[in-house]
Amino acid sequence: MSRLVRMDRTGHTTLAEWTAADPQAVEAAAAAFREELDRGYFAMVSTGEGHAEQVKELPVDADLVILRLPISGG
Amino acid sequence: MAGEVAPAAHVAPLPETAAPSRDVAGGNACLSLPEAAAVHWRPPMDAARLRRRGALWTLTTAAHVLPFLAAGVLLLVIQPLAVAVSLASFAHAWIIPMLYAARGANVLRPRARTSAAAERTALGLLGDLVGHDARELHARTGLVVERGRLGVWTVGEAGAVLLTARGRRASCFCVRVADPDLPSADRIAHLLLALRADEVGFATVANLAFSGARWRVRRRLPAAMRPALEAAAAQERALDRVYD
Repeated sequence: MSRLVRMDRTGHTTLAEWTAADPQAVEAAAAAFREELDRGYFAMVSTGEGHAEQVKELPVDADLVILRLPISGG
Repeated sequence: MAGEVAPAAHVAPLPETAAPSRDVAGGNACLSLPEAAAVHWRPPMDAARLRRRGALWTLTTAAHVLPFLAAGVLLLVIQPLAVAVSLASFAHAWIIPMLYAARGANVLRPRARTSAAAERTALGLLGDLVGHDARELHARTGLVVERGRLGVWTVGEAGAVLLTARGRRASCFCVRVADPDLPSADRIAHLLLALRADEVGFATVANLAFSGARWRVRRRLPAAMRPALEAAAAQERALDRVYD
């Protein structure tokens, strides 16, 4: 089961869960994904040991997609 | 578990895609971190630029300190009765680098906590991003150690410290997340994900708060946090042994 998770003030919120074999769940997750990107979040997936990648489309095969806020110099 | 990091104590080579070369692409580096667009005027903070900034920082510190030292010695020679003024001059020479280092250490200091439930939830997600040893180190110190291509990073809630030169030089980067009310582990996870996505972009977006000897930063850190900096230094030394 793949998960779309947003880091927020509650710790994190699971916005969607899906499996690649369930088109309806994938569509719902993709809609939630686009909505969060429109709100200014960036979507990240782990791509191996110590590596992550920003994605602009929902990677259906990813186990975990994490939404993060922008960072800036403090 | 997504994105497991090699345990701190076991310095294994990074995968082929991330060979720990000390030469990161120079001025033409393509930064994939979207936040880098907001600081388009900054050249990418690659390894060469990092070394130059470090050297400049050292020169600036020397320019602040040496006149006070010289004035103190000169006064003692010319007029030994002015020893109090000499001591004040020496104190200035000691305090200025200490204040700079304190500014650097501030990037790792813990910020205000949110609700306990949110902190626990955020900690679970951060735990999914790092390996067992890193989780254990975070539980003890509140910091996450992450190997990169520029060096070894110690990631805190308000920035990160990059150790280079066999762990002797610390470059302290100040970074903040758009929402200041996030739980502490979430703030670290934000920085960690951005760092993993684009290390040079991360260092470019961040503000360099201090660059200098690791021991200066260590002294300004709370005692509980020091083991994380030491673990990062050990990793950096081990990497240099393997790859130099």
